[in-house]
Amino acid sequence: MTAMLNVKDLRAYYGQVQALHGLNFALNEGSLTTLLGANGAGKTTTLRAICNMVRSTGAIEFEGATLSGRSTENIVRLGIAHVPQGRGTFTTMTVEENLQLGAITRKDKAGVVADIERMYDHFPVLKQRYAQQAGTLSGGEQQMLAVARALMLRPRLMLLDEPSFGLAPLIVRDLFKILGKINREEKVTILVVEQNAQLALELADQAYVIETGRIVMSGKANEIANNEDVRKSYLGY
Amino acid sequence: MAAVEDIVTEAPAVEAVPKRAMTLGTGTSLVMLGLLLVVPLFVKNFIIFQMTMLLIYGVAVLALNILTGGSGQFSLGQSAFYAVGAYTSAILMEQFNVNYALTLPIAGVICFGFGFLFGQPALRLSGVYLALATFALATAMPQLLKLGYFEKWTGGVQGLVVTKPDAPFGLPISQDMWIYYFTLVITIAIYIFSVNLLRSRSGRAFMAIRDNEIAAAAMGVDVALYKTLAFGVSAGITGIAGGLGAITVQFVAPDSYTITLAISLFLGMVVGGVGWLPGSIVGSAFIIFVPNIAEGISKGLSGAVFGVLLFLVIFLVPHGARQVAIVGQQLIGRFRKN
Amino acid sequence: MGAIYACMALAVVMIYQAIDHLNFAQGEMAMFSTFVSWQLMQWGVPYWGAFVVTLVFSFFGGIAIERLLFKPLAKAPILTNVAGFIALFAIINSVAGLIWDFTIKQYPTPFGSSPFLGSQLISTHQAGMIGVTVLLLVGLYFFFQFTRIGLAMRAAASVPESARLVGINTSWMIALGWGMAAAIGSIAGMLIAPVVFLEPNMMGGVLIYGFAAAVLGGLTSPLGAVIGGFLVGIFENLAGTYIPGVGNELKLPIALALIITVLVVKPAGLFGRPIVKRV
Repeated sequence: MTAMLNVKDLRAYYGQVQALHGLNFALNEGSLTTLLGANGAGKTTTLRAICNMVRSTGAIEFEGATLSGRSTENIVRLGIAHVPQGRGTFTTMTVEENLQLGAITRKDKAGVVADIERMYDHFPVLKQRYAQQAGTLSGGEQQMLAVARALMLRPRLMLLDEPSFGLAPLIVRDLFKILGKINREEKVTILVVEQNAQLALELADQAYVIETGRIVMSGKANEIANNEDVRKSYLGY
Repeated sequence: MAAVEDIVTEAPAVEAVPKRAMTLGTGTSLVMLGLLLVVPLFVKNFIIFQMTMLLIYGVAVLALNILTGGSGQFSLGQSAFYAVGAYTSAILMEQFNVNYALTLPIAGVICFGFGFLFGQPALRLSGVYLALATFALATAMPQLLKLGYFEKWTGGVQGLVVTKPDAPFGLPISQDMWIYYFTLVITIAIYIFSVNLLRSRSGRAFMAIRDNEIAAAAMGVDVALYKTLAFGVSAGITGIAGGLGAITVQFVAPDSYTITLAISLFLGMVVGGVGWLPGSIVGSAFIIFVPNIAEGISKGLSGAVFGVLLFLVIFLVPHGARQVAIVGQQLIGRFRKN
Repeated sequence: MGAIYACMALAVVMIYQAIDHLNFAQGEMAMFSTFVSWQLMQWGVPYWGAFVVTLVFSFFGGIAIERLLFKPLAKAPILTNVAGFIALFAIINSVAGLIWDFTIKQYPTPFGSSPFLGSQLISTHQAGMIGVTVLLLVGLYFFFQFTRIGLAMRAAASVPESARLVGINTSWMIALGWGMAAAIGSIAGMLIAPVVFLEPNMMGGVLIYGFAAAVLGGLTSPLGAVIGGFLVGIFENLAGTYIPGVGNELKLPIALALIITVLVVKPAGLFGRPIVKRV
């Protein structure tokens, strides 16, 4: 397997504050990787840095193309979908319009229509609410909408920022099942940032642990899950 | 977190200004005060007049700043409150022979009531809708003042001439200089009052509403009360400025208080830095002097020159004078370290 | 008059949808465009030729203004942007006054001014204005509702960050919005000029009513803007005619007061979609 995304010496800044201190990691094509860490460790910042949404230095390569210096929208057009923290719903538009927006860069009209139907299969609740203003959806429904919207891009790589946030445990299981399915069947590489370490480690095959802007551990997900320190700090047993 | 927000999200309607950043340090304040005290002793009467106007508009901009920078409400109707204050002072002085100094608190109270009442319907409106409502108030005011019914008091289109007060206790200073110092004292009083207001419980309530109305309500802030209160306080202070303006200019007429005045005050706030009280005086200087400078550069194109100068200012310092102050402070900090 | 306001209100709503701000300089941009078309006609260009050239000029002019003046302010606070609009207003007004001076000028109408279908109420010009407004409205509705670029423009205006995350170049969407709004404004200007005559201050009153109409109808609804425009025209004339003591002077405040009353009852405007807010 070749590395699809290669991150070297990534440093990111919010104003004067440095949030990432030289991150190195790689994602293999087709993998499902999770990035774990406590609040403020730099997980969200890492995702934002990949999409050039924060000031950062270092080299990020996606399928051989270098990402630094590209605008966010151009990075997305390479096939990187980003489900942001807080979901980023287009609140004034309808659910269906939100899905159409996810596919706005695609040219195959028939494919888009089919994909919208596919999303409704994955998330039936969205179908019930397709004409509703998206801002009126509950938090969980908006999270599903955000994931569905990202999938509409037909991404090669999907970045998810705490998809479990605000969702009921049962729905989280469903969502993660769907993510696993998408990863296996559609060969979408996924990088998921999570607080819910247990679930994330069950789902993922690779894992990184990040602490105060540095990667402190990496390896196979099941190995990480069995690591003493990780179990104490993140899994709580 | 503030730094994070700067980068991550689009700028909100009014940027969150931390409480402490709304004022100046003691040292700087004293220097400013010293300058304001001493300079008039060495300049001509016309310049003293301009300095008085500088203070008066400064107060009016400050009032808008409390409303917008403090509670996040937007008003294009400040000229109406200013007009009411000016007319209150003028009518009381000329028709009822009230002492000029006494007219100011009355103007303030009347405008407070007026603003508080206007704040009631404004409660249901926000953003552009509120802008339109206040705009309507500003356009209506000159027309109302011209109405025949009130002509007995207001002097109709002609307006009223106001007598200039002499310095009291036989002080050996000119009328202009007396008015200047009189205005300065009131300005300082209002400034101190405003700073304390924003630091108080009410001030925190204003800012909570500005930053997130729903969350503020959820924390138990009486949103309706504080929003109308902000309107009232802002209108009251504007009214006092209006009264001072009437005394200084010695003349009130409907067409001095058009929407142009309201727009000027708004520009003054932006140039000074929204939510930064000391910036009000900088903004006031901008709206008093820059149109004159523009006129001086080119008579025919004065509007264009003014526009270009305004663009220059907002390009260089989109956050107004506050930005200059912050950068200055950082430089001084660095200098001290070395 | 209603048709004029409707036309202007439509332009206002357009730019509001595209950039999420009210552009106070829009009337002046329309005025400048109208002067350009007038100048072209003075040079012997036929009406429709001048019309098309002006449209194109306005479109690119709008884009240029956005790129040069407002793109650098994209990260600045909204109130700073409003100050920018005021500055732009002052500049355009003053420059137009210098080039074409402040005397009023006759402006031709392509529709003629005979009574429309023998009716005493409206002239052919007014009928033409209404026709053009309706046409524009339908066109815009389809553009925003059913085209990809229309959807992208709405997205860019409402949540710019998410719009970038689905691959929309928000910066150019805003520029495009400016261009379209300027072009629509120029149509409004060219339709209005035969009625109010051409001069640098011609848009002052019209723009205020246009804003009022847009707000009344609901800033999110182009149809609402048009209906709002007609309503404002009716309000204004009724107030002027039937309320005693209201001369021409007080017509504007009264019309505005009525609108505010409507807004207090229905804050999102008559046809606007209320926007649900969460913490």
